[in-house]
Amino acid sequence: MGITWIKYPVMFVTVVLIQVLLLNQIQFSGFVNPYLYLLFILLLPVSMARYQVLLLSFLLGLTIDVFSNTPGIHAAATVFAGFLRSPLIGRLSGRESEINDYPGLKQNGMRWFVLYTAVMVILHHFFLFYVEVFTLSRFFATFFRSLASSVFTIFMIVLSQFLIFRD
Amino acid sequence: MSSLFRFLLRHHVFILFILLEVLSLVLVFNYNNYQRSVYLNSSNRITGNIYNAYSKVTNYFSLPRVNQELAAENARLKGLLAQQPGTVQLPENMIQRQPDGGYSFSFVSARLISNSVNRQHNFITLNKGRKDGIKPDQGVISASGVVGVITNVSESFSTGISLLNPRWNISAKLKKNDYFGSLSWDGRDYRFAQLNEIPFHVPLAKGDTIVTSGFSSIFPEGIMLGTIESFEKGGGDNFFVVQVRLSVDFKSVTYVEVIENHHRDEIEQLQKMINDGNNLD
Repeated sequence: MGITWIKYPVMFVTVVLIQVLLLNQIQFSGFVNPYLYLLFILLLPVSMARYQVLLLSFLLGLTIDVFSNTPGIHAAATVFAGFLRSPLIGRLSGRESEINDYPGLKQNGMRWFVLYTAVMVILHHFFLFYVEVFTLSRFFATFFRSLASSVFTIFMIVLSQFLIFRD
Repeated sequence: MSSLFRFLLRHHVFILFILLEVLSLVLVFNYNNYQRSVYLNSSNRITGNIYNAYSKVTNYFSLPRVNQELAAENARLKGLLAQQPGTVQLPENMIQRQPDGGYSFSFVSARLISNSVNRQHNFITLNKGRKDGIKPDQGVISASGVVGVITNVSESFSTGISLLNPRWNISAKLKKNDYFGSLSWDGRDYRFAQLNEIPFHVPLAKGDTIVTSGFSSIFPEGIMLGTIESFEKGGGDNFFVVQVRLSVDFKSVTYVEVIENHHRDEIEQLQKMINDGNNLD
């Protein structure tokens, strides 16, 4: 497993650069912004200790925050998603079925991966958008913004599994 | 004591989760435009350099449009010069009229290396910093109007709040009759902002020009903000709700100018004296 120590740092830098240089600059219709960087948290080994997942989530979120001048917002949302990752994997996989340690699309099947991604992205995005506006007035405007961005992010993450970080 | 340790050990994940969330939310709440930590924003060395290198490449793609904008601005400036032939031919006269050493406003040109329109709080990052004379609280304009205001400055980069940020209001007035109000953004559409505090008796028309009032020391008077798109009487208030179409296209703005007001300290000192006087009464 020596390769892991190179693969994950490279992945970290790659998703951060893609996020801040590409996705944060392209703005579909003014209010939809996909947050692909969550892919890094999705693809951490299943067997990784939960406290490590949390610390990495915080680090990743804070890095994105520094680039987009939003201290704490991405960090809070990513830690939230990172915390719910392990229970979610447990629930999605059932006790008897064996799950590959690398939670990619090729390893665990299309259906499992899409479901896993969808739940994680929706949790992350809704937390993120509601912390960002920090108000429940215009509840539905924020709701639709979160939903629209979630759809884009899920699409991009599933698509990315055919291009990079497949194994 | 040992049961406490056992408790901490058993729930260490949850405790760490709560700790990190609290830390993140403290960052969110402590975040204030004027006392922001200098290192946690995009004017710091690493992020600034990455954005700068990136925008050097992407700028080539917008060259045709930028050329067009510059040509249009040249034409406009030449038009202004043609209206005042005397002052152009004798620039020394102008200098002599300002014996205290120069004009009240000067401009530094800069390039936006990071910008956004789709957040609730949008920010700009510029490729000029302290060594180019940029200071906090200086206004940022482009050829077509007001863009934002500088808040943080590092050695060679600076960040600021964009007009598309509900944390910032700007003093604005109607160009035709000088009635003033405050312009702010409600976080919905990057093309529109809202002008408040215009009373009912003021005659408004669709297409009226809104410019800066010059009451704040950040912007000179008469910088373009936008035109009236629609207006209606708000329920319960004595003021119009005016929708303003912004003149700056925030999605494509690239080259900007930073304004320095040489008399700002003096003006602020005077205003401070008035405020202090009021407090004594």
